[in-house]
Amino acid sequence: MIASIAAFLTGLANPTRFLTVAGRLMPWMICVTVLLFAVGLYLSFQAPEDYQQGMTVRIMFIHVPSAWLAMMCYTVMAIAAIGTLVWRHPLADVAAKAAAPIGAAFTFLALLTGSLWGKPMWGTWWVWDARLTSVFVLFLMYLGLIALNRAMDDPARSARVSAIIILVGYINIPIIKFSVEWWNTLHQPASVMRLDGPTIHPSLLYPLLVMALAFSMLFFTLHFAAMRNEIWRRRVASMRRQAARSARG
Amino acid sequence: MWALFLRDLRLSMRAGGGALIGVLFFLAVVAVIPFGVGPDLKLLSLIGPAILWIGALLAALLGLDRLFQHDREDGSLDIMLMQETPMFLTVLVKCLAHWAGTGLPLIIASPVLGLLMNIKGVAMLAVAATLLVGTPAITFIGAVGAAVSVALPRGGVLVSVLVLPLAVPVLIFGVSAVYGAVEDPAPFTPPFLILCAITLFFSVLGPLAASAALRASAD
Repeated sequence: MIASIAAFLTGLANPTRFLTVAGRLMPWMICVTVLLFAVGLYLSFQAPEDYQQGMTVRIMFIHVPSAWLAMMCYTVMAIAAIGTLVWRHPLADVAAKAAAPIGAAFTFLALLTGSLWGKPMWGTWWVWDARLTSVFVLFLMYLGLIALNRAMDDPARSARVSAIIILVGYINIPIIKFSVEWWNTLHQPASVMRLDGPTIHPSLLYPLLVMALAFSMLFFTLHFAAMRNEIWRRRVASMRRQAARSARG
Repeated sequence: MWALFLRDLRLSMRAGGGALIGVLFFLAVVAVIPFGVGPDLKLLSLIGPAILWIGALLAALLGLDRLFQHDREDGSLDIMLMQETPMFLTVLVKCLAHWAGTGLPLIIASPVLGLLMNIKGVAMLAVAATLLVGTPAITFIGAVGAAVSVALPRGGVLVSVLVLPLAVPVLIFGVSAVYGAVEDPAPFTPPFLILCAITLFFSVLGPLAASAALRASAD
């Protein structure tokens, strides 16, 4: 199993092969994403209103998946960073670079929907509790990584350097996950991913899970598209460099 | 190693006066606060410890780009990378020297600035103690940022952007330990010990990551 995955990943090391595979997968992924979103949004609006939160409970169907995805995106980047440093996989660096803006967008979405929900429920747009602060730090780290990628024009060098920064910043992810358990804060503790089973009512749980699936597919679709763009961008850059060189000679 | 420590310390004391600039910056930040919030002594003594910590954090970040920049410019960084001593140890010693050159003066200056902020004696001692334990962590975290940006044309600002999010826990526990020492219900020891733990943790992770980044960006 692991060997076949490794063989598959090694095969993808050839960017041209990756482009053909991604090109073939792309229409299917887009279709699945749209379908999942259609079902998920329908279920979200079918879900009963909460007896306390009323209509605002539906914000959760956007907020929770984007927060999960914000953390998963960083995990994908960290795995890609290991791929860069350990196996020197040529696409790992492309994957890490392409994921950063997507992760920043999901983090921003989580923060935005959270504060929209917080205003009617907590009575404030923002509190400096542990969960909110650590997610905000994650957002800052995404922005810093994007700035770092932009500051270096040589992709070969920026790859290893930003991989190191990604791995150092990974310590924030467990802090986000466990911040609601370590500190007694305003943000509610985990209610879906628990050892003793979810404590959320099934009528709200199933729409949430479908939405989470839809968001994950959205992430993979966007990530593949961004990776393709990045590969093409690098090809254009190297072609331009070649053209300039041959024009001089 | 001792020779490297002394060399770096001497360089930070003399050439360009990096240490002095840090203290001056610290002074300027703290002195600007009363103009912003007004000269209310009660309010100042309330927020004073936090202001001192933020000022020290900013001042420590300010000098970080000097950590490897000069060594890269005159080529001694390449020699350090090539020598037999593990790069991890070299970076660790450079961090300690940098901290002794820029961090220690901040700690010595902090009680004086505490007077300006109308802070009680206990709080002043607490601020100095937490800074003593906490500022090395900022240097170790900052070493990663400095190593990353050493190859960049304009690294200075980027170091702060990359380092600041990671330095947030240091600030949180440093300030909460100080308030623990002053106010009754809040405890002093737990946040102080967590601060020690953070510093020890980053004293391993920081030099490791920084040496890896230096090796990656060398050509």
